Amino acid sequence: MIELIDTRKVFNVGKPNEFTAVHDVSLCIPSSRVTVLKGPSGSGKTTLLSLVGCMARPTSGRIMLSSVRLHSPLWEFSGGEVSSLPERFLTEIRRHTFGFIFQQYHLIRGLSALENVMLPAYPRGEPYGILKRRAMALLDQFGIGGKAASRMEWLSGGEAQRLAIARALINDPQAIIADEPTAHLDSRLSEELMAILLGLRDQGKTVIIASHDPIVCDSQRVDGVVELRDGRVVSTT
Amino acid sequence: MRKADFFLACIALGFSLLALMFVHSALARREAASNLRAKAKMVAKMGLTDLCLFTEARYTRHPVMADLNTPFQDYPMSIEHYPSGALLPVPRHLTGKGGY
Amino acid sequence: MPGFQKQKYLIDFTLSALLRRKGKNTALVLVYALVVFVLASVLFFTQALRREAALVLAGAPEIVVQRLTAGRHDLIPESYADAIRNIRGVSDVSPRLWGYYYDPVFGANFTLLVPQEFPYGRGNIVIGQGVAEVSRSSIDNILPFWTHEGRLTSFKIAEIFSSDSQLISADLILISEPDFRSLFGLAEGVATNLVLTVKNAKERPIVAAKIKKLLPDTRPIIRDEILRTYDSLFNWRSGILLVVLAGAGLAFIIFAWDKATGLSAEERREIGILKAIGWETSDVILMKFWEGGIISLTSFLSGVLLAYVHVFFTSSFLFEPVLKGWAVIYPEFKLVPFVDAFHIATLFFLTVVPYTLATIVPAWRAAIVDPDAVLRT
Repeated sequence: MIELIDTRKVFNVGKPNEFTAVHDVSLCIPSSRVTVLKGPSGSGKTTLLSLVGCMARPTSGRIMLSSVRLHSPLWEFSGGEVSSLPERFLTEIRRHTFGFIFQQYHLIRGLSALENVMLPAYPRGEPYGILKRRAMALLDQFGIGGKAASRMEWLSGGEAQRLAIARALINDPQAIIADEPTAHLDSRLSEELMAILLGLRDQGKTVIIASHDPIVCDSQRVDGVVELRDGRVVSTT
Repeated sequence: MRKADFFLACIALGFSLLALMFVHSALARREAASNLRAKAKMVAKMGLTDLCLFTEARYTRHPVMADLNTPFQDYPMSIEHYPSGALLPVPRHLTGKGGY
Repeated sequence: MPGFQKQKYLIDFTLSALLRRKGKNTALVLVYALVVFVLASVLFFTQALRREAALVLAGAPEIVVQRLTAGRHDLIPESYADAIRNIRGVSDVSPRLWGYYYDPVFGANFTLLVPQEFPYGRGNIVIGQGVAEVSRSSIDNILPFWTHEGRLTSFKIAEIFSSDSQLISADLILISEPDFRSLFGLAEGVATNLVLTVKNAKERPIVAAKIKKLLPDTRPIIRDEILRTYDSLFNWRSGILLVVLAGAGLAFIIFAWDKATGLSAEERREIGILKAIGWETSDVILMKFWEGGIISLTSFLSGVLLAYVHVFFTSSFLFEPVLKGWAVIYPEFKLVPFVDAFHIATLFFLTVVPYTLATIVPAWRAAIVDPDAVLRT
């Protein structure tokens, strides 16, 4: 479970263009559920997503990650507040706990599909054979195993989207975070994506999606919708 | 082959060649020692003061023995350093063309 | 070993990234390697020459006394030798005869020298390999000379110096004293210069000062000065500074070119993505370190190795036109490979380290962006 307590995020603090993207939000995101952050652009859903995903630290308030266990040679994390951790630890938690799917996929040009999938695991330095096998298994799972050696630019839109999902899963994270994943997809591909994300939930993963696309928000199969406006939670269902 | 393995193999090969270069250098020096001694002996016997590196002019052939004025032309066929060389050609008797 | 595995993953990524701009990066490595090659060639060549000069010229005369007239090197009366012989510390003084002969037929300058002992007697000469080649002559052949009076005379070649000694003997012709005097019209009682034996090294500067005082029109040259002249002649800081500067200039140009086009918006975006998907700032910087390291290490190794082959296996054939100048007799620079590990290390620190650092620095600023920057664009 991810819990936000009075979380506030202010950009450009102390400058004339200072603005508050998230106003004192308190929120609980349950594990193994699909939660949608809904709202028009500028409502603060992307910022909230980056706070939840340990990409940014809140200006004030706290973020708690329970049920996250991490052992590394140097330190140990057994759940609790993450908002005050230094960058290094935050990165490590993020790498282990969250997989990201971006609006424009953000795949690395010039690299093969296989390399793109393996990329988030590079800093962990595990044996090459093991990582490659895991990456191939993911590519096969999403039906693009045959394209493993192809450069990312040569993939079709649907293949690139599945590649982005495979990349998000390489470190076997507990949670998947997707920012406007259907923004550049037609309805058929959007439905396909939703099916994949719901399937991941059924495997026990927590899925958090920021979107204002009706295909996502109004789906009967999502577990919760948090509606945002002007950086504040308007309603929770 | 994995790219990193290929690169590391290339670098390892490069460094091995670098090490081999030092080995070659050491061997060649040992081999040349007697020749160098013989040359040093020749220098001592003939009382030479300079290496025969550049033979075009006095101040390049014997840099140690040159006086301050030698750079003003020695070798008759050398190409002029100065624009005045275009006005004052090399005297014919020096080049042996019609002089003798 | 996760640390080593991680480095290999970073190298994998860097190589894939570099291969995207295959043409540009290959060109960069080639030009970079060329710069290292030129610098290393100059370094190897001058270092080998300096060491060889120091070893070979260790047997040069302890003091040479010249006479200067109106600022020019002039013949020295042998009577000067008697005056010098009385100076304390001088164990021997002998007059030496040598000079130059320009051969109009071959267009070459020879150095004629009368050795202390000439075993072959009048009418014979000993010639260097370079003279033999330019005149296409061999032992027992006859070599013609024009005397100072314009008469043609000739000498028999009794011996040719071995090719191994070219670096000191290529243009040398040894001749007997009477032949030398009659060829050049040199009067008895004068010599080209005087050669002194002074056993005690500490006394040499004192002896030189005394000679200068006793015979003000002379110029004594001490062996240490000879060696110092050669040392500075081929000192890589002064001797061939021009070449080094040209290389450094070239290095600077590619450097500026590469850096100006260095961290593009695309690369900035990529760094953002890497951070977003879980790379730490230090991982990104390490990756950039490898990028600089791969390019500069490849260039360094290939440049140094090629330079070694160039200088010591091909007798510096690329430098030949410069070294040859207008000379007709040109010794073959078969140098003994004196390679100094210190010089290689210097070259390494002058090429690999600055380039690698320069690659890291701009990446640093891009790498400290917040990972959520990607989401906000």
